[in-house]
Amino acid sequence: MKRLKDFASGIYIGLIGLFLYAPILVLIILSFNKSRSRVKWGGFTFDWYVKLFANKQIKEALITTVILALASAAIAVLIGVPGALGIHAMSKRRYKVMMAFTNIPMLNADIVTGIALMLWFVHFIPLGFGSVLLAHITFNIPYVILSVMPRIQQMNISVYEATRDLGAGPVYGFFKVLLPEMMPGIISGFFMAFTMSMDDFVITYFTKGAGVNTLSTMIYGQIRKGIKPEMYALSTLIFLAVSAILLISNGISAARKAPKQNDEERI
Amino acid sequence: MSISRKMIKTLLAAACLMAVCALFTGCGKKKIIGELTVINYGEYLDPDMLDLFTEETGIKINYEEALTPEEMYTKYSSGAIKYDLVCTSDYMMQKMIKDGEFLQIPWDQMEYKDNIGKKYYEYAAMFDEGNKYCLPYFWGTLGILYNTKKVSKPVDSWDVLFNGEYSGEIIMQNSMRDTFMVALKYLGYSINTTNPDEIRAAYDLLLKQKSQVQAYLVDEARDEVVAGNAVMAVIYSGEAYLGHEYNNDLAYVIPKEGSNVWFDCWAITKNCENTEFAAKFLDFLCREDVAAANFEYIYYSTPNTKVIEGLDEEDRENESLVPSEDATKNCEVCLQAPDDITALMNDLWKKLKSE
Amino acid sequence: MNEDKVRNGNRRSLLSGPYALWIAGFTILPLIVIMKYALTDKTGAFTTANLTAIFTDPINRKALWLSLKIAVGTTLICILLSYPMVLAMKHLGLGKKGFSLFIIILPMWMNFILRVLAWQMILSNNGLLNLLLTTLGFEPVRIANTETAIMIGSVYDYLPYMMLPIFTAIMEINEDLIEAAKDLGAGGFTVFRKVIFPLSIPGLLSGFVMVFVPSMTSFVIADILGGGKLQLIGNIIEQEFTTANNWPAGSGLSVMLMLLVLISTAFTMRRKTEGRESALW
Repeated sequence: MKRLKDFASGIYIGLIGLFLYAPILVLIILSFNKSRSRVKWGGFTFDWYVKLFANKQIKEALITTVILALASAAIAVLIGVPGALGIHAMSKRRYKVMMAFTNIPMLNADIVTGIALMLWFVHFIPLGFGSVLLAHITFNIPYVILSVMPRIQQMNISVYEATRDLGAGPVYGFFKVLLPEMMPGIISGFFMAFTMSMDDFVITYFTKGAGVNTLSTMIYGQIRKGIKPEMYALSTLIFLAVSAILLISNGISAARKAPKQNDEERI
Repeated sequence: MSISRKMIKTLLAAACLMAVCALFTGCGKKKIIGELTVINYGEYLDPDMLDLFTEETGIKINYEEALTPEEMYTKYSSGAIKYDLVCTSDYMMQKMIKDGEFLQIPWDQMEYKDNIGKKYYEYAAMFDEGNKYCLPYFWGTLGILYNTKKVSKPVDSWDVLFNGEYSGEIIMQNSMRDTFMVALKYLGYSINTTNPDEIRAAYDLLLKQKSQVQAYLVDEARDEVVAGNAVMAVIYSGEAYLGHEYNNDLAYVIPKEGSNVWFDCWAITKNCENTEFAAKFLDFLCREDVAAANFEYIYYSTPNTKVIEGLDEEDRENESLVPSEDATKNCEVCLQAPDDITALMNDLWKKLKSE
Repeated sequence: MNEDKVRNGNRRSLLSGPYALWIAGFTILPLIVIMKYALTDKTGAFTTANLTAIFTDPINRKALWLSLKIAVGTTLICILLSYPMVLAMKHLGLGKKGFSLFIIILPMWMNFILRVLAWQMILSNNGLLNLLLTTLGFEPVRIANTETAIMIGSVYDYLPYMMLPIFTAIMEINEDLIEAAKDLGAGGFTVFRKVIFPLSIPGLLSGFVMVFVPSMTSFVIADILGGGKLQLIGNIIEQEFTTANNWPAGSGLSVMLMLLVLISTAFTMRRKTEGRESALW
């Protein structure tokens, strides 16, 4: 009976795994396709990986995407962490109001958020990199707050107060006591924000200006005439890089057998 | 936790590296003396040419893309982005000229304007009287791309799209004017009809056809026919050429009832503050090497006689690359319809798509 | 001392000042602007027609109905696929290892649009799925450019968002609780029904929001997998802005869509703020 159950479990996980990875396999295979057309196999080649590094447009889009993700996640942390500390100190009623507003960008459809921001931006700033950055920060802050908040709630504020009573300044107390306690939440919030920004298409699509392209908007523009094979190559590289990072960090954490569940596992 | 820190460090290091790369690629460039904001169809210009232009002139190009004339017009008229130059098709050009959206092209500043054949300026005069505003860029026809191995007899009429023989194997254009054009021509009407009854008749025909249509696509229809997912597609001549390159069984035909011959042109908008720069860009596009690079990037028919002369014989005789006089004699240029007719067509198109 | 604390708390709440300003500037004001567009017609006069159009115009009604169908279907299928997956992982003892999460998250690092395009290639008439089927001796299926194709694409894209929170919720259940239930004679299914499922509900609700909302409002998936024959409400809104040049109409539809989404997810929000902790992440 147990053997049967083991077997069934394995099969099921395998099937779901196949479902999850089949399209990715297709894309990886396409990155080695000699033919420019995605529907024709022209033989095996590494050319697109070589050409990728010479392709200025893709490089620009990649840089825009990464800088956008890093900057928006970092600014979201800078605004979101004090924000969460502040909200936590509020009265129950005001706390609820603030958390409701925090939930709006998360619950709202991307298309509505994107359009609302675009309609608002056209009144006071030119659409460009700046408008996209503002939009990304806007949808990133809630992720930071929602991952830091549980940490703050578990935190023992009295330790912080004790250091203050012992004469430590608020800044010292913040860095020595509060920050280390919040760190796992901040890190997972930062990565959430980073991931969300990297993966966003809809909000960027509506708020971007002429000449600004992220990888997603660039790919969307290429759908009609056929995706550039270099794009498959780049996506494969990103995918493999992320897999490697996650695998290594998982390997290390497994080796250490951390007593409590690791936080980056929850990312 | 330390692992997470490491991850952050790795990522930050990677990001710094990329930023440094960006700085380096930024160096050694000519000083930027001005900017032009440009909107064009997607993948309709070799991006390396934009860099070449900036290198030669010091004018930076902010490049934006649109899929259809309607999308271009919406982006333009919303005013969210101020465009200096637009590239779009005949009927949209005509509308925007009528609305006073364009500035006259300073032809005297354009050294290479005569690289564009006289014949194409004459065509352009059909929607741009006196050739004041439009610089022809690419042109072509609309026809049927089909798989010769999967049809029972040679295709020469729009009839194959409507007679039910290839139900589920047909791809139509996901563009209002083009799809209505097919039905209007099949019914024997002008593609520029202003008779609402004729347009309604075309709608009824298209509605009846919808259940037999596999998909309404734009340029990606080419790949679908190449892959054998569909037997035939209504498609622009340029895409047909590439389709044949990928799959030798494919053929392109302009049906005997006639079709649409289209022209995509560049124009300078009234927002443009520096027409000298704009003219430089247009002149650049007419230059033989640039036009040839764009031609090789897109493979649509070019009006640049210098480029055509440089082609080898086989390509010059290829109907989908260089349509002959004979092939286009039944074809009409698409013109802007009166507002009420456009509104009616818009309405019927939305209905057709939602049925 | 107590007074001190209150004062301290009040002063600390000032830390959220920048965030409050951000909310005002980039959450509330944009919503006011979109409302303003929604409530005016093209000439700038007041109207409610843009708001009611979602129900009065048959084209919108049809798109809304299709969107609801896809969203409900996607959410249900995601739930049905997620529970056995998580339980199987738990059964094989994969739960405590980061590796299993890794398997679920990793596909999300391939670009979203490319993943949808890959499905287009798999599902097309002459595509990989049919190649597989005919090789195995089955009849080929024709699901390209149908509702089924859109549904498959949606399920694929949003499945991780359902699996993750359910995974987190179930793995946090105290093993002793399950053992105790078993000791008391509960069978596998009873344990699931009485212990595991109720305790996984916070995760399920998070997953519901994360799957239902995007699958109801997406336009990219229908754009690529629907072949231009099927329109979701997201496609209609997108076209009002990108091709029809009718901002008021698009805004009206957006506002109504927002209300519909907020109403249908409101109950999950109440749950979440009560528990004061998001089950996800």
